[in-house]
Amino acid sequence: MLADALLLQLGYNATLVTIGATLLGMAAGVAGTFLFLRKRALVSDAISHATLPGVGLAFMVMVALGGDGRALPGLLLGAGVSAALGLLCVQWLTARTRLGEDAAIGAVLSVFFGFGVVILTVIQTMTAGRQAGLEGFLLGSTAGMLRSDAVLLAVAAALVLALVMLLRRPLELASFDSGYAQAAGWSLARIDLAMMGIVLVVTVVGLKVVGLILIVALLIVPAVTARFWTDRTDHVVLIAGAVGGLSGYAGAALSAVAPALPTGPIIVLVGFALFLVSLLVSPGRGLLASVVMHHRYQRRVHMRQGLLALAQGQPIFEALTRRLLHRAGLILPDGVATATGQAAAAKALLDETRWSIVRMDQSFAAAATRYDGLTPIEDVLTPDQLREVDARIDAPQVVA
Amino acid sequence: MTLALVTAGAQPDEAARRASPLAVRGLTVSYGQTPAIFSVDVTVRTGAMTAIVGPNGAGKSTLLKAALNVVKPLAGTVTVLGQPLAQMRDRIAYVPQRASVDWDFPTRVIDVVMMGMYRKLGLLGRVRATHRSQAMACLDRVGMADFATRQIGQLSGGQQQRVFLARALAQEADIYLLDEPFAGVDAATEKAIIAVLKSLRDTGRTVVAVHHDLATVPDYFDEVVLLNTQVIAAGPVAEVFTEDNLHTAYGGRLTTARADPESVAG
Repeated sequence: MLADALLLQLGYNATLVTIGATLLGMAAGVAGTFLFLRKRALVSDAISHATLPGVGLAFMVMVALGGDGRALPGLLLGAGVSAALGLLCVQWLTARTRLGEDAAIGAVLSVFFGFGVVILTVIQTMTAGRQAGLEGFLLGSTAGMLRSDAVLLAVAAALVLALVMLLRRPLELASFDSGYAQAAGWSLARIDLAMMGIVLVVTVVGLKVVGLILIVALLIVPAVTARFWTDRTDHVVLIAGAVGGLSGYAGAALSAVAPALPTGPIIVLVGFALFLVSLLVSPGRGLLASVVMHHRYQRRVHMRQGLLALAQGQPIFEALTRRLLHRAGLILPDGVATATGQAAAAKALLDETRWSIVRMDQSFAAAATRYDGLTPIEDVLTPDQLREVDARIDAPQVVA
Repeated sequence: MTLALVTAGAQPDEAARRASPLAVRGLTVSYGQTPAIFSVDVTVRTGAMTAIVGPNGAGKSTLLKAALNVVKPLAGTVTVLGQPLAQMRDRIAYVPQRASVDWDFPTRVIDVVMMGMYRKLGLLGRVRATHRSQAMACLDRVGMADFATRQIGQLSGGQQQRVFLARALAQEADIYLLDEPFAGVDAATEKAIIAVLKSLRDTGRTVVAVHHDLATVPDYFDEVVLLNTQVIAAGPVAEVFTEDNLHTAYGGRLTTARADPESVAG
């Protein structure tokens, strides 16, 4: 059943939803990356909550004009306008008052959302409002997804990807070093406007799929997840797009198999699962990696210190050090060095002397940064460099 | 205050200002109601190294930022070789304070240097092998070529500062504005940076740096601007960097950083 869903064999509606959610996830992941890197991730939360009054007002206007209040283009237009207003409020409060951006976000988010809930309640009491189904905008509702909705998502995703591709350099500059970007002649205000515009597009088209409360997760979580796997900006963008797309795809397929599960929240939970896996197992920045590295490092420190103590004929008191040395066959149970132990100790002492020369000489600056008291010096220096260093060990040291 | 009046009286003529690689006139910036810098006139000399010196809170960094329009001035004009700044952006390279960015940002040393070429590359210009080798050459000039593929967070403070300088070099500008390039860097880095800056000057480029170590001003710089919200004195180090002027700029606060008058004279 799940295999059918993943292979898009579960009927027309499920297929539309899966394709739409995948496209939305990709667009959100890519758009959210620069928001995350610019440390303005929560602005998207203000934007998404600020869509609600627009949705309600658009419905009322369309009904008042005698049309069908549920026409999606009209509702999304309303959502976009009121989200843009909310964004302007955040910008204005941050720039013109003493409020920080966090406080401005909190204020705008709650006021717009509260106003939206009031309007939705009023609509419930209207005769036309009984089956309005506007609650679907809160948490998403994909049940009645149409072909035109999927096309809209596809167009929006293509637009977002094209814009990010076009603006990747200014977006990167503004995120990393906004002062330098301005000094080089880029308009920070325009870059930010473009960034927020892209996020706004994703938010508005994503309302029907994941809903305004959870869209922020789709914008931020993929970028945070991607950061675990790479140290390059361009790769963060690509991986975030892939993580977002995968969340949308797998989440939609899962909820197609179990119709009782709501699509939007499941998509977000799949994204969270990917985040959790990355947090645990990513090689450079993951939790497990750092625990393992810490343990390995500690053992190497004990071995090294033990060997240096042996070389200098000092007693070893720490139990862990003795255990490690004994297990490696370097000392006997009574603490006396074996033949191999003596050789290893002599080598450790020699390396320590070599390192101290490398660290004093500027011409070895790059090599010296790799000094941690543990790395074998042969891994860092070429045989020629090593000979140069060894020559200096025997030469008398000139002290200025 | 008399000193300020004297320099204000000896106004550089219009011709000098038009020829200057960076001339600011009447520049005032304020955060709130107190001015950070007030009515600052500075005419930078071509092909020289100029230090901007003054006590904490004197507005040194603000002067640089306002000259680049990173901070919007309340009043005043900035000209570059007689032209408005906006038309001459490509001629100026800025090296911000190291502490102004997040060094955990996902980017490598070489990527940061490439940022110096983004203006030239435009939005979609392809990065070619020549661009990469040019970036590597800039890294080599600051002694950081071996670090090209490191994540920037792995660098020491001095190395980070050198990468910032390499990014400015990649712009191939004529004018270099540096904000505290020697703050919190090791002696080796300070030596490497000053060598690069002097080689820039010796090839006709203009260097302006916010500087905080009074002892090294005579060794490193040709010209000095003493700033304390207003310009206290400006001109060649030998004439301007005097005990009296320093006392006016720093007030009673000049204690440990006191310059030795003999080394100043020499």
